[in-house]
Amino acid sequence: MNLTELTIADAAAGLRRREYSAVELVRAHTDAIAALNPRLNAYITTTADAALEAAGRADAALARDEARALTGIPLGIKDLFCTNGVRTTAASNILKNFVPPYESTVTANLLRDGAVFVGKTNLDEFAMGSANITSAFGPVENPWKRKGDEQTVLVPGGSSGGSAAAVSAGLAMGATGTDTGGSIRQPAAYCGIVGLKPTYGRCSRYGTIAYASSLDQAGPMARTVGDCAIMLQSMAGFDPRDSTSVDRDVPDYSAAVGRSLKGLKVGIPREYRAEGLSTEIEAAWQQGIAWLKEAGCEIVDVSLPHTRYGLATYYIVAPAECSSNLARYDGLRFGERVPAPTLDGMYEASRRAGFGAEVRRRIMMGTYVLSAGYYDAYYLKAQKVRTLIRRDFTESFQQVDVLLTPTAPTPAFGQGEKMDDPVQMYLNDIFTVPASMAGMPAMSVPVGLGDTGLPLGLQLIGRPFDEETLLAAGSALEKAAAFTHRPAIRAEVAK
Amino acid sequence: MSYTIEGRTGTWEIVVGLEVHAQVISHSKLFSGASASYGGEPNTHVSLVDAGFPGMLPVLNRECVAQAIRTGLGLRARINLESRFDRKNYFYADLPTGYQISQFTHPIVGEGTVEIELSDGTVRHIGITRLHLEQDAGKSIHDQDPTRSLIDLNRAGVALMEIVSEPDIRTPEEAGAYLRKLRQILRYLGTCDGNMEEGSMRADVNVSVRKAGEAFRTRCEIKNVNSIRYVMHAIETEAARQVEVWEDGGTVDQETRLFDPARNETRSLRSKEDAHDYRYFPDPDLLPLVVEQDWVDELEKALPELPDDKRARFQKEYGIPRYDAGVLVAEQAIADYYETVARGRDARLAANWVTGDLFAALNRTGRTIQDSPISAQALGGMLDLVSDGTINGKIAKEVFEDMLETGDSAADIVERKGLKQVTDTGAIDAAVADVLARNADKVEEYRGGKDRLFGFFVGQVMKAMAGKANPAIVNEALKKVL
Repeated sequence: MNLTELTIADAAAGLRRREYSAVELVRAHTDAIAALNPRLNAYITTTADAALEAAGRADAALARDEARALTGIPLGIKDLFCTNGVRTTAASNILKNFVPPYESTVTANLLRDGAVFVGKTNLDEFAMGSANITSAFGPVENPWKRKGDEQTVLVPGGSSGGSAAAVSAGLAMGATGTDTGGSIRQPAAYCGIVGLKPTYGRCSRYGTIAYASSLDQAGPMARTVGDCAIMLQSMAGFDPRDSTSVDRDVPDYSAAVGRSLKGLKVGIPREYRAEGLSTEIEAAWQQGIAWLKEAGCEIVDVSLPHTRYGLATYYIVAPAECSSNLARYDGLRFGERVPAPTLDGMYEASRRAGFGAEVRRRIMMGTYVLSAGYYDAYYLKAQKVRTLIRRDFTESFQQVDVLLTPTAPTPAFGQGEKMDDPVQMYLNDIFTVPASMAGMPAMSVPVGLGDTGLPLGLQLIGRPFDEETLLAAGSALEKAAAFTHRPAIRAEVAK
Repeated sequence: MSYTIEGRTGTWEIVVGLEVHAQVISHSKLFSGASASYGGEPNTHVSLVDAGFPGMLPVLNRECVAQAIRTGLGLRARINLESRFDRKNYFYADLPTGYQISQFTHPIVGEGTVEIELSDGTVRHIGITRLHLEQDAGKSIHDQDPTRSLIDLNRAGVALMEIVSEPDIRTPEEAGAYLRKLRQILRYLGTCDGNMEEGSMRADVNVSVRKAGEAFRTRCEIKNVNSIRYVMHAIETEAARQVEVWEDGGTVDQETRLFDPARNETRSLRSKEDAHDYRYFPDPDLLPLVVEQDWVDELEKALPELPDDKRARFQKEYGIPRYDAGVLVAEQAIADYYETVARGRDARLAANWVTGDLFAALNRTGRTIQDSPISAQALGGMLDLVSDGTINGKIAKEVFEDMLETGDSAADIVERKGLKQVTDTGAIDAAVADVLARNADKVEEYRGGKDRLFGFFVGQVMKAMAGKANPAIVNEALKKVL
């Protein structure tokens, strides 16, 4: 049995049946990391020793019949979540030696439920990027290969590229991601896994390093819809330490997986049939529509007229917030410091050395759009457009229960492609950004392989706090697609 | 009282508005659980939130909101049921997150008013523009190391109320009266201790000058003035400077200045061009602050009686003059003391004793009303002895001094010293007869029309009776015989 191919649900059952121990399960993954991470670079920090110790404790809990939902399950943690005593870098030089003395709420919840962390996954620096090429710890390689092209190194998407690559290649059974404009969904689509961005406020942001506070939301990335449900069950919940987290019961997400879709109204937003949508993505979308129809859904054409402003609006709001959020990295209290004779000199030297080009670009954009004389034209206008984007969704959800769209306009591209023009790079997020701007929950599900043999994802967008419908519809797509493809580079092959 | 500056080109008046930063009395900081108490070893009252650690988030302290609402109510101001927190972005070493959380566009408290009274009895109303909540910064210490600055974050994140007045102030005296009144209200409410020396109340002073009837001219802001006296001096000095600039044909630039009390001058800190661009925007970590009217009503019901109301009540209920009432309500503790003494007694007599002998004694001994050597109950006990005729007013002064020294009760002192007033007419009559016999010449003069000698006879009788005679009976007896 290949322990690295199991789903979380199966592994949890197997552990309870004593088919294998948590130590065996975790070791299979830490071995796979040792073998493949030098190539994939999916992890910035690996914690094999601590993971095996935790696995030992998990076995003890299993022996006492005190296992919880995730007891003994090896997970990767995006290196944006602060982990007590474990280096947390945000993939930035400015935090390259930062060891937080505290645990984020989301990871604390996962630990409470018995999860074993095998390492901190790579990402775009401060989650700013769509290809995981801005990490100060080097790019992540997508474990997938184009048909007949073993040479070209593909990007895993971003910013949660390390998490997506790790889960796809079997270096973790699941991983946490964060999504600000598509950072869970787009890499999930590029790596052929499931990624769920919950409703804004569903998971606490406490202890998660902020990129754009009004958009950032943690979510699960796993190989199946059911596994995402299990992880979300643990991650979600009200947290008094995050004022924007919402005090609302967490429903039984696993119960929604496989739920009948009879009579469900699925909206197809016409604005997502944008220019540049590849024919293979268009075909996958049509296939998805057909599958949902077969599952008993009613398909409804809807309009989200302000979709076209989503990306531009996002690239005002997110940089504005990040320019302020990243001001604390000043070399004074923690993080890297480059000494200089004056305070301003120290700021400049520390931040120049600490931040990469994309982070600096976004800080500058954000500083600009918030500046006196430009605030009304940019930031204030963007907030108004954001309200309109949200209204588009609210209105369409009066007609339909869920929306189905492509996750990204293309499958994974090669490292070095789209690199010279930041706007080209930003266009990868064109389908994921609107739901982020509106705070709606959304999920990417792999539905097949495209012309070049790369996975393609479809996106489901739901009503606020209706992750259950996403999981129900997602599991129907998953079942219909019977997506069992695995990437060229994977743990089982490495052995 | 008007205040004008006579320049070469005519008469100038001054226009002043004040921004007061008042530190909120609360156990913990505005957005963290760290202690907000004053002092402590450097960097011991600092949470991860205050130090701006990655992923840390602010959580609003409801008690600080309650304090701001109480203060707003005390300033007779509009409470905004929905307000918002914004980030004010700038880099400084004692500002850990690189932004201060403040309320820029939507403050929690809107327009209000403060009534002030000047030394000539004039009453004026100074408008309040707004009150908002914000975080204090930490402290940079530049004088403890030759090459480095040290940072103390104990104050970083402590809640401040910024109380902004309208430019309604026209004289340095009004500025002083406004600050004293504001401090009095804050102390009554228990929302700020008003201690300017410790920096828990500081003022930014906006000053401009103009000729009568003109629109406002450019103002300068004098930052962080930390005593009422300095505020008044700073206004005089800055107004005089501005008049000189205008009269020399120059223009006053909008800028931030500092007041140097040692040299009695203001100096430019930064010009408008150098002013920070604070890039205010709504803090995405915090939801809009929505408060229920019911809660505001509840807070209002629980408010203490405020100085203006108390003063009016004292005048009416105790029949004491407005001035005395004003003195007695200056501090809540004095008012409480007075009421304990006055209740059920001669309230005017009580007022005279508290504002007269008691205040003099406190002054002399360097004590405050809180640690007065004579408690309100003890002073009341003494007044009871005066009212029931046990002692007269003169003996009361002696008893009071004794109480001050020994802490004994008035009754014990009267007993111990045998100071009980003599009302025995026989004894008094005998003393009167004796005094008149010994001063036959004076009696002749008196009867010849020298009326004012009556006082002399009274004095002699009292002296003969060691001051303990009831003065009314002495008067009566003398009149009868004479």
